[in-house]
Amino acid sequence: MGMLEFFPEWLQYHGAALAVVLPLLMGAICAILPSERLAWITTLIVVSICTVTAFGLLLVTFGGESVIYKMGGWDPPKGISYVIDGLNTPVIFLISAMALLTTLYGLPSVVAEVEPKKRAPFYGAFLIGVAGLLGMVVTGDAFNVFVFLEVSSISTYVLVAMGASRDRRALAAAYRYLILGSIGATFFVIGLGFLYMETGTLNMADIGRKLQELEGGSRVAMVAFGFITVGLGLKLAMFPLHMWLPGAYAHAPSFVTVFLASTATKAALYLMLRFSFTVFDVSFDYVLTVVTYLFTGLGCAAMVLGSLQAIFQTDARRTLAYSSVAQVGYMLLGVGMATSLGLTAGYVHLLNHAVIKGALFFALGAFWYRYGITRTEDFAGLGKMMPWTMGAFTLGGLSLIGVPLTAGFISKLQLAEAALQRGWGWAVFVIMATSILAIIYIGRLILTAYFQAPPEIDGEVVKRNEAPLMMLIPMWILVALSITIGVNSDFVVQAGQMAAEVLGGIS
Amino acid sequence: MIDLIFKNPEVLADMFFSNPGFIIIFAGFLCAFLPRNEARKFLVGAAPIAAAFLVWRAAGDMDGARRAIEAGGNEFVLMRIDRLSMIWGYVFCLAGVLNAIYALHEKCRITDSSALIYMGAAVAGVFAGDFLTLFIFWELAALSSVFLVWKGGENAFPAGVRYLAIHILSGVLLLAGAVIYARSKEWDFTFGEAGEYGFLSLQDPGAVLLMIAMGIKCGFPFLHNWIQDAYPKASVTGTVILSAFTTKLALYALARTFAGEDILIYIGAIMTCFPVFFAVIENDLRRVLSYSLNNQLGFMVCGIGLGTELAMNGVAAHLAADVIFKGLLFMSMGAVLMRVGTAKASELGGLFRSMPYTTIFCLIGAGSIAAFPLLSAFVTKSMIIASAMNQHEYIVMGMLLFASAGVMEHSGIKVPYFAFFSHDSGKRVKEAPWNMLVAMGLASLLCVFFAFPWGGYQFLYSLLPFPENYYAPYTGNHVVTQLQLLFAAMLAFAFLKRMKVYPDERRAEILDFDWTYRRLGKGIAVWIDAMWTRLSANLAIIRKDFFAKAGQRLYHMFSPAGTFSVGAPSGLPTLLTGGMLVLVLIVVYLARL
Repeated sequence: MGMLEFFPEWLQYHGAALAVVLPLLMGAICAILPSERLAWITTLIVVSICTVTAFGLLLVTFGGESVIYKMGGWDPPKGISYVIDGLNTPVIFLISAMALLTTLYGLPSVVAEVEPKKRAPFYGAFLIGVAGLLGMVVTGDAFNVFVFLEVSSISTYVLVAMGASRDRRALAAAYRYLILGSIGATFFVIGLGFLYMETGTLNMADIGRKLQELEGGSRVAMVAFGFITVGLGLKLAMFPLHMWLPGAYAHAPSFVTVFLASTATKAALYLMLRFSFTVFDVSFDYVLTVVTYLFTGLGCAAMVLGSLQAIFQTDARRTLAYSSVAQVGYMLLGVGMATSLGLTAGYVHLLNHAVIKGALFFALGAFWYRYGITRTEDFAGLGKMMPWTMGAFTLGGLSLIGVPLTAGFISKLQLAEAALQRGWGWAVFVIMATSILAIIYIGRLILTAYFQAPPEIDGEVVKRNEAPLMMLIPMWILVALSITIGVNSDFVVQAGQMAAEVLGGIS
Repeated sequence: MIDLIFKNPEVLADMFFSNPGFIIIFAGFLCAFLPRNEARKFLVGAAPIAAAFLVWRAAGDMDGARRAIEAGGNEFVLMRIDRLSMIWGYVFCLAGVLNAIYALHEKCRITDSSALIYMGAAVAGVFAGDFLTLFIFWELAALSSVFLVWKGGENAFPAGVRYLAIHILSGVLLLAGAVIYARSKEWDFTFGEAGEYGFLSLQDPGAVLLMIAMGIKCGFPFLHNWIQDAYPKASVTGTVILSAFTTKLALYALARTFAGEDILIYIGAIMTCFPVFFAVIENDLRRVLSYSLNNQLGFMVCGIGLGTELAMNGVAAHLAADVIFKGLLFMSMGAVLMRVGTAKASELGGLFRSMPYTTIFCLIGAGSIAAFPLLSAFVTKSMIIASAMNQHEYIVMGMLLFASAGVMEHSGIKVPYFAFFSHDSGKRVKEAPWNMLVAMGLASLLCVFFAFPWGGYQFLYSLLPFPENYYAPYTGNHVVTQLQLLFAAMLAFAFLKRMKVYPDERRAEILDFDWTYRRLGKGIAVWIDAMWTRLSANLAIIRKDFFAKAGQRLYHMFSPAGTFSVGAPSGLPTLLTGGMLVLVLIVVYLARL
């Protein structure tokens, strides 16, 4: 780990706190900055620092270490602790790196989609959202998780509603997201209350230890688990609790959609893993039953029904949103196996899907930016009108389908291997069948774009008008990353194994 | 291993030049971005020549030419050459050069690029040493060649989609078969050792899937329809290029995997016979040639099934001859199509006046396929028939002889007769462009050379898998038998033409040895065709109904207007959330019992 030498000792320890506190503070300042350009630069600097810090933390855990940071020097379980281990650093890095890429992308995109006087507050809300997501991933305190969950959710409602200047339906979508998100958070906090009643502590490691001593605890712990599962399930869009997602993704500003699609549900899924496998444990039979039957069953239902719904959408963003529901299903299927291989596969797909969906939504944002296109039939001729963007979309789409030499293939291969090892041959069949559905919903868009002529306006064929460089760069970074993972998946799989090691799982 | 390669340019270069297909594929990708036509044409011509040189260099040191890389826990043998793959490599390169000359006049970036990638994939596939590498090039060949079909115009698009679907299916079956096979061998994907022909038998795990995959690609009976569907619809140059590689790559895979597998003898024999009937009643001459392509493949499949040294020699030699003469025939029909605008027998005729050179070349091709002495198939086809006789497969031999007669009828006489002679259609067109004439001339020369008694066929023999197994084609017996057969046919032809006994449409039919049988065959073919049309029409209605209904159902469920997307503001999801909680609690409660 030669690269670790570039990161000073204090950063390795204090980085966990820095990555959360910095965007939180700067978000407040950002909101009152007079100029949007200044706000953008501030945001860029903050998320860059977060990314570098997160990378440092990632290197620390790749070295096999974990760090427990004590807030204000108070010892846990009384004080709040931040935990850096193999399970959360990849997600921390994912969130901050995606924040950096979307910020770059935002320079043209936000100007096009958000009203001028709201742009500085927009960046402020974005930074607070980043802080919330990072906080809920990094913290080791259960109540702190709830706080950050709310911080991120509330700022996300605001961000989705900002899409109103582009599409008035954003307001209704944000409202629905607000109602459901609040219900989810309430369920979660009720679950925490029960848990506190059972164990008398809020530190996650401490709860885990106490529950082990109680061998799973009484009915109270079981009810707590039920509430927490449903609360988090809503946040991560577990089928059939996904109903807030398509609207929010379709009508939010492109910038927000990209960021939400590749980080928000992922952070919630991380929490689900954290709670099901380390706070609770699969050695408790009620946890194992829920994980094995409910996660797998709902995951498969999401894969099939989500994909089918994606096929019939007339709005490309909704197609991808329903595809996200299906992809969450893949992750849940991997988690539902509860074996080391299955958890690795689910975690790898969590990372890969963030990369792939990020790239696809970037491309959709660029289509809207240049031509105002969101409906699927308007894709006609995009292969000629925006060859580079459409190229990125095509490669991302292939990756989503799971064509060899792309990240999606690695995910599906891992999942299939894990399913075979678990003895679940039918799961391989479901994976194959839903991949075919993915071919249909992605292929439909790609075929329209390449095999139909560009539209004519006043007798003239619409001219080529490629997306600006600031959009193409982040888009192609993700596409290149997806291909790189497809060719050499070692580092992603290693991250997955690291996470699976922390989670344990059944043997 | 991958890191190692990318860090060492020499290793990378060594890998790149190891398999002759790679440079052709590379040239193909280069072509896609080259704006200048001359530069592209240079690449199209030079790449196969360079590849042929690499084959020659590798053939000098067969063991030393082997290259493998390891990636993802599997060994990919990028290059593995033995005498079987060597001749395939040479033939593909040769066909590549001829096709390049033939397509010299055409200014089309897509054709140039996809032709090169396609050809490179075929060459690379032939030298692949494991199933995974083979699979990659198998699919690449399908993906790149479909553009050639699509260049055929509006009509060709659906045919191209069907072509692609069938070939992807073949690739998937190949992969599935390979995985099943490799699992029984502790994940050893090796595609036969060098010099080992027929390393699988049908009882081995996965072998049936592999055979179906290869069977689809080389047009086994009832798996063959894509050939007659796609080839006649492709562009002028596209058909010529397509006819050389796809089926021949599959044939190679079959020869390596299943040589000596008895069932192939009978599949091959049936394959030679049944296209004859369809070719007789077909009007589109390029389609007639597609059927005859199928029939020639049958000879080679049969030879692979026999699997003796002589038979394998026959397969390899007939492959070389077939690629050239079938290419030549497709070239001549392509020239006709280009100049006249159609290749339909009923609209052609009398073209020998305006296209004399094309006529001569087409006649040489027709003579070659009909196995006239001194023309290529005389030497090569008889090797396969002779080895059937040596194995005492007399029924099979009879079928092959019958098929040879059929070939004489539909490719040897029908194609040139209807295109260039017959009743004069009154069409006066320009002779084919010079580059097409050069390509056809070279191919004609090769047709003569491969059967040339003084040094010609001996040269071909020296490239065969078993060069020491010598077959003498020019024995008195063989020459006399063949000449009797052919002269009888020609006599009948001349006689009937003189007497003007038969109306135009039936002329082609009488020129056969056993016209009653042929009429019966035609009757059966027509009847089957009619029944098939009726059946498929009915099936199509049922299928359409079914899909429409299923589609409607799905639409009602899943579309934005469907049941699953009802726009209940927030009430329904909230209820669902509550329902989920109850469900989870019940599950948790029951788990504790």
